[in-house]
Amino acid sequence: MRAMTYRGPYKVRTEEKDRPKIQHSNDAIVRVTRAAICGSDLHLYHGLMPDTRVGTTFGHEFIGVVEEIGSSVENLSIGDRVMVPFNVYCGSCWFCARGLYSNCHNVNPNATAVGGIYGYSHTAGGYDGGQAEFVRVPFADVGPQLIPEWMDEDDALMCTDALATGYFGAQLGDISEGDTVAVFGAGPVGLFAARSAWLMGAGRVIVIDHLDYRLEKARTFAYAETRNFMHFDDIVVEMKKTTDGLGTDVVIDAVGAEADGNLTQHITGSKLKLQGGSPVALNWAIDSVRKGGTVSVMGAYGPIFSAIKFGDAVNKGLTLRMNQCPVKRQWPRLFEHIRAGHLKPSDIITHRIPLEHISEGYHLFSSKLDDCIKPVIVPSAV
Amino acid sequence: MPYTADQPRPRESADDLRARIPGWGADLDPADRPAVPRERFDPGATGAHWTFPDRQPETQPRERSIEHEELPPVFGDTVHLKGLSGVIRRHAYARYSEARAAHWLLLILGDRVDAIESHLVSFATTRPDEPITQSGVLAELGHRPVGSRLDGRRADLKHMWIDPVIVAGPWLLAGGAVVLAARAVVTRARG
Ligand SMILES: NC(=O)c1ccc[n+]([C@@H]2O[C@H](COP(=O)([O-])OP(=O)(O)OC[C@H]3O[C@@H](n4cnc5c(N)ncnc54)[C@H](O)[C@@H]3O)[C@@H](O)[C@H]2O)c1
Ligand SMILES: [Zn+2]
Ligand SMILES: [Zn+2]
Repeated sequence: MRAMTYRGPYKVRTEEKDRPKIQHSNDAIVRVTRAAICGSDLHLYHGLMPDTRVGTTFGHEFIGVVEEIGSSVENLSIGDRVMVPFNVYCGSCWFCARGLYSNCHNVNPNATAVGGIYGYSHTAGGYDGGQAEFVRVPFADVGPQLIPEWMDEDDALMCTDALATGYFGAQLGDISEGDTVAVFGAGPVGLFAARSAWLMGAGRVIVIDHLDYRLEKARTFAYAETRNFMHFDDIVVEMKKTTDGLGTDVVIDAVGAEADGNLTQHITGSKLKLQGGSPVALNWAIDSVRKGGTVSVMGAYGPIFSAIKFGDAVNKGLTLRMNQCPVKRQWPRLFEHIRAGHLKPSDIITHRIPLEHISEGYHLFSSKLDDCIKPVIVPSAV
Repeated sequence: MPYTADQPRPRESADDLRARIPGWGADLDPADRPAVPRERFDPGATGAHWTFPDRQPETQPRERSIEHEELPPVFGDTVHLKGLSGVIRRHAYARYSEARAAHWLLLILGDRVDAIESHLVSFATTRPDEPITQSGVLAELGHRPVGSRLDGRRADLKHMWIDPVIVAGPWLLAGGAVVLAARAVVTRARG
């Protein structure tokens, strides 16, 4: 089969690989009809995630058709159109039993601190991802779900990560009616978080980034106010000014490990890998939120230490909340929102790239060329 | 103003917001929020019909974190450890817990060694690595390379120059190694 493969930092290609096999009685093999590149994939692509092996196939956002099932699979049949959450999880461990699907203990030998994620390095379990013609989907009775008849395939694709994560991020902000919510990062996750903050009754939503075209999307798609942090000497001071000196009630970090805005932090964190990532946005979040407020962290960070301003967080009495998104928990309610017309997730898709052109897709998204917000990958077999 | 107890007045009323934004307030009640409360004991909700999953066969000795008491029943079985990078990675797993910086720094070192080893190996295949197509730089054509970068004042302009160095670095190193090896062979042949 054809599959995206990692060849080292900033280098990927499409190559011929063996088709995945059933390795467990509850596995399924899914023929991918559409996949996407996520901001998280950029952390792998840039060589930031430890134990990313040359030859790995990335891709944790995908939908497809069931091609093969293991002997114990009860809930899926061959030919079913399925959407697959980015989490690999067993459904039965201590954590899954309590709804912490992204923190499953039964799927990742390489780390106890990380659950299982498709195509997200060996640190996340060593699974191959869905930027390929076929993918192995463990625990077929637990993760995948039939795509509802009425749902657009692109909307279903967005539900497998970006939308669910943005929505989850807004929930972790514990938003009350009238709250002012700041969202750092106007990528897919930030745009969906901003849009979701309104569902929870926010009174003001402010999105911060340095890419004007994305801020434009934040205004039109997410109905948010925007700030380009490059236009302010100190964005934290601006956040205080615009909230009468109070700070915002809630801040959502939708930037993660490769934050810009401080060259030293960016180079030590993202380029030299001396930190678990550049915590510029997270530190801005801690300093912009009001005392007693909540910071919700959706941005991904590497497993080593980062220079985070923890003292400020303590002195301000902040609540810090975070996790990888337990995707499938969000679905029933998200489906209602999509069906009711509250959300049209596919509105953020900007590019469609054939699997054969995967390296161009990564370069485009990584360098933020051509007003790229969300690239969708289409395997050639479709 | 935080110097007094007054709450700053909202800019827009709930009615205005409801009129302007689709679905505004639909999830006002935390009971409608699927992630609230964070932990909800409901093992029946996941679709799992086992109390402990069957074990996936371990076809090769599978490296694992020493914080795991046993090999988890299901795991990714792709790209097995090999070469010098494999030795480094195996040591990182066998010796240091996830709490130790050495664990992660060794894994990152393993990644860099893996990239160089893989480049060298690829030169002996019909499809050697090459930085032009693999870096996707050809996407610059037709996707507004200049306009995209000069639109506004992008913060990442300051460090974009590093990217080509990262891309070409291992390739140059590998090329250099080949040249040195060739020189050594030639010298020995002459000597
Ligand atoms: N927790 C989860 O479950 C989960 C799931 C998906 C993605 N993520 C993470 O969320 C983050 C965002 O993902 P994405 O797909 O939207 O990525 P993206 O790269 O498209 O977006 C990141 C945005 O942040 C902006 N940015 C950079 N520095 C900034 C700063 N200092 N302040 C404000 N904005 C800044 C960038 O310009 C960019 O627009 C990534 O770290 C990703 O790994 C987490
Ligand atoms: Zn993702
Ligand atoms: Zn589990």
